[in-house]
Amino acid sequence: MNDSDPRFPKPEEIVSTPGADVLVPRTTMSSTAVAPTTPAEIELSGVVQVSERQQARRENWRLIRRRPAFIVGVFIVMVWGVCATLGDRITPHSPLDFRVVPNGAHLSPRAKYPFGTDEQGRDVLSRVMAGSRDVLKVAPLAALLGVLFGVIIGMVMGYFGRWVDNVLSRIVEAFLALPVLLVALLAVTTLGSSTWVVIGVVAALFTPIVARTVRSAVIAERDLDYVTSAKLRGESSVFVMFREILPNVSGPIIVELTVRIGYAVFTVATLSFLGAGPQPPSPDWGAQVSEAYNSISAGIWWTTVFPAAAIASLVIAVNLIADSVQSVVEAS
Amino acid sequence: MSVTSTVTDTDIAALSVEDLEVVYTVRGVDRAVLRGVSFSIAPGEAYGLVGESGCGKSTTAYACVRYLPRNGKIVSGRVLVDGDDVTGMSTSQLQRFRATEASMVYQDPAQAMNPSIKIGRQLIESFTLLGQSRSDAEKSSLEALRRVRIADPSRVMDRYPFQLSGGMQQRVVIAMALACDPKLLVLDEPTTGLDATVEAEVLDLVRTLRAESNAAVLLIAHNLGIIRSLCDRVGVMYAGRIVEEGPSEQVFDNPQHPYTVGLLRSLPRHGVRKTERALATIPGILPLIGTDLPTCVFVDRCPLADETCHTVVPPVVPIGVSGHYTRCHYPDRIPEMIEAMPDTPIGILARSDANPEVLELTHLSKTFRQRKSSVPALVDVDLQLAEGETLGIVGESGSGKSTLARTILGIESADNGGAVALDGHNVAPNTTSRSTAEKRAMQMVFQNPDSALNRSWSVRRILMRSVEKLTGIKGAEANARVEALAAHLRLTPRHLDLKPRQLSGGLKQRVAIARAFAGDPRIVVCDEPTSALDVSVQAAILNLLADLQSEEKTSYVFITHDMGVVRYLADRIAVMYLGRIQEVGLTDDVFNGPNHPYTEALLSAIPSVDGEATSRIRLEGEIPSPANPPSGCVFHPRCPRAIPGVCEVTEPPLAEVAPGHAMRCHIPLEELRVLQGS
Repeated sequence: MNDSDPRFPKPEEIVSTPGADVLVPRTTMSSTAVAPTTPAEIELSGVVQVSERQQARRENWRLIRRRPAFIVGVFIVMVWGVCATLGDRITPHSPLDFRVVPNGAHLSPRAKYPFGTDEQGRDVLSRVMAGSRDVLKVAPLAALLGVLFGVIIGMVMGYFGRWVDNVLSRIVEAFLALPVLLVALLAVTTLGSSTWVVIGVVAALFTPIVARTVRSAVIAERDLDYVTSAKLRGESSVFVMFREILPNVSGPIIVELTVRIGYAVFTVATLSFLGAGPQPPSPDWGAQVSEAYNSISAGIWWTTVFPAAAIASLVIAVNLIADSVQSVVEAS
Repeated sequence: MSVTSTVTDTDIAALSVEDLEVVYTVRGVDRAVLRGVSFSIAPGEAYGLVGESGCGKSTTAYACVRYLPRNGKIVSGRVLVDGDDVTGMSTSQLQRFRATEASMVYQDPAQAMNPSIKIGRQLIESFTLLGQSRSDAEKSSLEALRRVRIADPSRVMDRYPFQLSGGMQQRVVIAMALACDPKLLVLDEPTTGLDATVEAEVLDLVRTLRAESNAAVLLIAHNLGIIRSLCDRVGVMYAGRIVEEGPSEQVFDNPQHPYTVGLLRSLPRHGVRKTERALATIPGILPLIGTDLPTCVFVDRCPLADETCHTVVPPVVPIGVSGHYTRCHYPDRIPEMIEAMPDTPIGILARSDANPEVLELTHLSKTFRQRKSSVPALVDVDLQLAEGETLGIVGESGSGKSTLARTILGIESADNGGAVALDGHNVAPNTTSRSTAEKRAMQMVFQNPDSALNRSWSVRRILMRSVEKLTGIKGAEANARVEALAAHLRLTPRHLDLKPRQLSGGLKQRVAIARAFAGDPRIVVCDEPTSALDVSVQAAILNLLADLQSEEKTSYVFITHDMGVVRYLADRIAVMYLGRIQEVGLTDDVFNGPNHPYTEALLSAIPSVDGEATSRIRLEGEIPSPANPPSGCVFHPRCPRAIPGVCEVTEPPLAEVAPGHAMRCHIPLEELRVLQGS
C-alpha cells in the first residue's frame, strides 16, 4: 500500500459493493440487485487481507524451503529415489552377480569397490543403491494406507462421539497395547511375506495411532456452527464428515502422513531384517544387514554398516521433512 | 502536533501521553499503529478511550505500562506517569514501576490469575512483593477483598480461581490491581465477558473505588454506555489517533467529529425503533495497520471530505472552553452531515394481530441428562410467532436462550410433551426427522460467522450447497439463484469466489445471512448475530435484517443480550430466566413497564450512552445452577421485591396481566406499577 496513493487504489483493489455498509436512502433499495450508484466502496480489509494471507502462506513455504533441515531431507530422499527408479542401470556393478569379482569375497573398501564386497563377492555399493527400491515402494504405500484407514476410523470416532467413540476407542487402545513387531512377525509368518502382506501389516499397525490424532482434531471441529448449519439443511453424516470437516483437519493429517512414512521405513527395514520381507538374494537393506551382521565379529564391518547407514539416512531424511512440514502446518 | 491538554498543570498529571507513536513489526516491516496519541489524566480522574476494534485503544493502554507485544515498539513520544518517563525506564525501574505505580485489569479475569494457586496465596504474593511481611500481607489481603465488597474474604482466600464466578474473579483481580495503591489504573474491557447484572455490579464497584482512591483511571471499552457512566472525559480513537476529546457528556451529546457522529448514530439510542428510522452506518472499513495516512485519518470514509482534507493535516479545533476539541477541518459542517443522514424507517412490515401465526411452541421443555442428575435448561415454554414478526429473546447467559433456539430448530430434540408447530402442523422434534420443506422453512444465523462458515469452502460453494439442498434446484439455475441471493445481500460476484477468512466480519455475517435465506425461510432464528461485530457494522446488519424481513415477510426469533438492539428491532420481547419465560409482551410494553422484577433489574443494569438511567435495582448473588433451581419462583432468591412466605413456596404461572402482556409474578400489576413508578 505504501507505494500507491491510498485515495486511488489499484483497480483490482476496488470492490464495488453496492450499498454495503453505506448509507443508502430507502428509495434506492429494491429487491433486485442495485447498480452501484454510490461511489465504489473500497473494501480495504477484504482485499488487502487476501494478499496478506497469501503472502503469509507463501512466506511460510519460502521459510520451509530455506530451512537446511528440509533441504537436506529432500536431497537424501531424492538420491534414494533416483537409485530406486534407475536400479542397476546406474550401479557401478551388478547388485546380484557374484561373479563380478572373481575370488573377491569380503574385499575391504577400496577405490574400485568403495563399500567393499560381501561374502559372495558382490559389490556392496551397488547392492546398497539397488536396495532402496523395496523400502521406497513399501513404506509410503503402507503409511498412506494406514493414514487412510486411520482418518476414516478417527473421523467416525470424533464425529459421532458417545458410545461409538467409546467402543472404537477401547478397540484402538487394545491394538496400541500389542507389541508391534510380534504382531507383525506373526502376521507375516502366517500370511506369507509378500510385499502386499508387509504393506497391509504396517498399515494396520499405524491405523489406530492415526485414528487417535484425527479423532482429537475432529472433536475440535464438530461443535463449530458450520456443522450445525449443515445438519439444519439436512446433510448426511458422511457428507459432513468428509466434505465439510475433512478439509479443515487436513493439516494434522498431512503431518501425520509424513511422520508415518518415517516410521514405516523403519518398520519395514526391521521386518526384512527379521526375515519377514524380501528374501535373498534381493539387495534389500534389512535383508543385507541380516545376512551380514554375523561377520562383524570377524572385523568385516562394511557389509553391515553401509546398508544400516542407508536405512538410518532415509529415516532421518523423512523425519527432517516431517518436522519442517509440521512447523509450517502449525504456523498457518 | 501539539495538543492543548485539559490538565492545565502538566506536572501534576497522573498520566501524560505525549505524541506517542507505536509500530508493530510484521514480517520485517514496521507498521504504524499509533500515529501521535496525546492525552493526559489528572489524579482521581477517569478517562475513557473508545473506538472500533483495531483503532489502537488497547495498544495505547499497553504502551502506558510498556507492556507491548514482542513485535511492538514505541518509536517516538513520551509516557509520563506521575512525572516519570516510562519509555526510558530500565528493566529494573520498569519492574518497580509496575509493582508500585501502575496496575492493569484485563478483559478475562480467569486468565489474569494462576488457575492452580489459591486466591489467598496469589493475593498475599502481590503484597509481599511490596515488601510486607507475610502476616501483614495476609491482613492486607483480607482487607483488600473487603474493599472490593467481597462478603466472606477468608473463605474466598481459600478457593481456587475456577471456584469463583466471573464477577467474583474480576473483583479479586481488581483487589490485586489496587494492592499497591497505584497512581494509574488501566482497565481494558473489564466487563466484556460478564453478564449485564454482574457488569453493573462491577461498574458500581469501580465507581465507588474511584471515590475512595486517588488513582487515575484509563478505561478501554467498546461499550460507549460504560464509558459514559464511568468516565469524566473521553477520547475517540480512529486509526491510531485521537480524533475528538472532551468531557463525556459533551462528546456523546454533541459530537464534533464526523467519525464520532457516525459511531453514535449507528447505535440504537434514545429508544429508537426500526419504525422510526434506519440506523446510520459508516461506509468503508477501518484502514489496516501500517496504512499510509498522511493527512486526516478518517478521510477515506468521511462524508464531508473534500480536497483540503486529502492534502492538509486537520487542525485541532477547540469547541467551547471545557477542553473539548476535534481534529477536523469542518466541525461547523457537522449539522449538515446529520441532516443528510436517513431519518426515514427502513421498510417495515405493519405489525398486525391479523397476521397468520407461523410458529407456535407449546409446553416446550428440554432437559439435559448428565451422569446422574438432570438439568432442565428449558421449562414449559409457550410462545407464538406471527408472520413477519420479530420476537426478541433476552436474558443473561445460562437463561436458556440458545437452548430455546436449538430446540425450535431441532438441533436438540425437545422433551416429550412439548410441541413445535409450523403453520399449524406439529413438526418432528429432531431436524433429521423433518421434511425438506420444514428444514427449509426454519434456518439460523449464528453469533460468530468464523465458526458458522466452513473456512475451506468458497462463499459460492457455501451458498450453492444450501440452495441445492433446500430448494432442489441444480446446476446453472442454482448458480443464478446464488448470484441473485448474493446481490440481494449486497455481496458482489467477486465476493463469491473468496474464502470466508478473506472477508471482513460484516461481510462474513452477510454471507451467513444469505445462507439462511437460501430457501426462502418462513422463520430465521438469529442467535446474537451482531455481538461479535463493531457498532457501525452491527447497524448495517440490523438494517439488512429489517429490510429482508419487509421484503420476504420472514419472521425472526432474535436472541440478544443487548437491550438497545432488541428494542430497535423486536416487535415483541420475551424475557428468560433459568429456562423459563418470565415476561412476554410488546416491545413498548416491556420497555415502559410495569415489569417483572427481573426485567426491571435487567433494564436498569444497562449503562446507557444517553446518560444515567433512573434509579437502579441491584440483584444480589449469582444466577443459580439450572440443575438445582430454587423452590417456588426461581427468581425469588435474587428478587428485591419477593414476598416472604409466598414466592419461595409456589411458582407463579405465566399469566396475562394486560392484553398481549404476560408475566410470571405473584405481585399484582397495579402494585408493580406503583413500586416501579411507571
